[in-house]
Amino acid sequence: MTRQSIEAALANALRQAVTRLPTDVLSALERARAEETSPLAVGQLDILLENVDIARRAGVPLCQDTGLLLFYVDAGARSPWLGALRSCIESAVAQATTDVPLRPNTVDPLTGVSAVDNLGRGMPWIRWNLVDGDDVVVSILPKGGGSDAASRLVMLPCDTGPVEIVRAVIDHVAACEGKACPPMVIGLGIGGPAEGALFLATRALLRGLGSRHADPDVAELEDEILDLANRTGVGPAGLGGATTCLDVHAEVACRHPACFPLGIVISCWAERRAKVVVHADGSAEVVAP
Amino acid sequence: MTHNLHLPIDEFTARSLRVGNVISVSGTVFTARDVAHRRLLEAHAEGRRLPFDPAGLALYHCGPVARPVDGGWSILSAGPTTSARMEPLEPRFLAAFHPRLVIGKGGMGDGTQAALAQGGAAYAHFPGGAGAIAARHVARVRAVHGLEEWGMTEAIWILDVDRFGPLLITMDSAGGNLYRDRRADVARNLAALRKRIR
Repeated sequence: MTRQSIEAALANALRQAVTRLPTDVLSALERARAEETSPLAVGQLDILLENVDIARRAGVPLCQDTGLLLFYVDAGARSPWLGALRSCIESAVAQATTDVPLRPNTVDPLTGVSAVDNLGRGMPWIRWNLVDGDDVVVSILPKGGGSDAASRLVMLPCDTGPVEIVRAVIDHVAACEGKACPPMVIGLGIGGPAEGALFLATRALLRGLGSRHADPDVAELEDEILDLANRTGVGPAGLGGATTCLDVHAEVACRHPACFPLGIVISCWAERRAKVVVHADGSAEVVAP
Repeated sequence: MTHNLHLPIDEFTARSLRVGNVISVSGTVFTARDVAHRRLLEAHAEGRRLPFDPAGLALYHCGPVARPVDGGWSILSAGPTTSARMEPLEPRFLAAFHPRLVIGKGGMGDGTQAALAQGGAAYAHFPGGAGAIAARHVARVRAVHGLEEWGMTEAIWILDVDRFGPLLITMDSAGGNLYRDRRADVARNLAALRKRIR
């Protein structure tokens, strides 16, 4: 009956993800609220903070866009649950869609039909990363559509470097205005193949606010982009202010000499995440994201 | 102190709204996103009657989370979606149906700005992501149209709301546009920042 405990933990994590903002994101919003001086910006942040509080107390989705459900699995190679996990995730998604409830958000791009259970074709989106050990760690990212629509794959000139990366990101932040629900979190995938740049950028959003890349040069780039993004003046909801961006997370991979992909993936202020650990004995627990 | 408007409102009231005003609304709001915009305009072009009268109401760019209860619906989360997606159809929509208020997030384009001036309406911002607060202001679901065919997100939800707000007027019928002002500031900041990156 352990399969049921895995499904229950995953469904519980989905509920937590959409009803409770992670504490690091909440802290970042509270800091922003304390530092803003524009009355309009303060007013917007007050509403967002009140909304987070109401959603948590009432157990309802803090945003009606409960996202496209992305699962990033660090799969211990010796776990006995690898073969069952996809169907466990599918069951949990269907259950959470009914119980929380989640908004049906999987629209077939050709027919326009929206599956009622969030299990339209190709969904839920699961990315596997094989690691040593017998635990499986499932990170869940409900990705809002308004901010994902602001994500971009940019092909930079090859004979360039950090300067062009920073310019491209800052230009993009300014162009997004209020459409991606700032203050945003920016995930960057620098280099790799085209597919890898967007993958790294999206996965970087799972790192948590305040974290910095282990490579000091990349960490410095994250700091610089964060600082500059907050000087654009876009502000909360795009209405002006000192808080355009809550954090920047970059991941780097080598690229082809003839191709310089930069993946820019935007999360709205409601960077919702959850995490489940599945142990070898089939017990499963929701842990802090 | 926010001024509460009772929907439907007339053209005069809509034209009196100015950028920077903070209001709330009570009465009937209808949701319409991409699909509903296209389908209602198709119905209009074919001379078909709509199942409700949008004139004077607030058009809300929103796809709520709703739960079935006792043969009706409970709205759990109902914040705005990105209004810019509706820009290609909004001028025609406003001219055809005469809602007096458009509620959304992120603002709209020149076509809508012109339509607000021509028909007499205003655009109001509600913070994106504030779905739980918005839902608290929904007193009841009067009706839902297109649910079977278009799904929960794209369906037209006819909602009775109670003091839904605070709504910030960001585009008005006199040509006022908070986003345009902000865009100029950001462009100036960006030009200075780009010089610093080296």
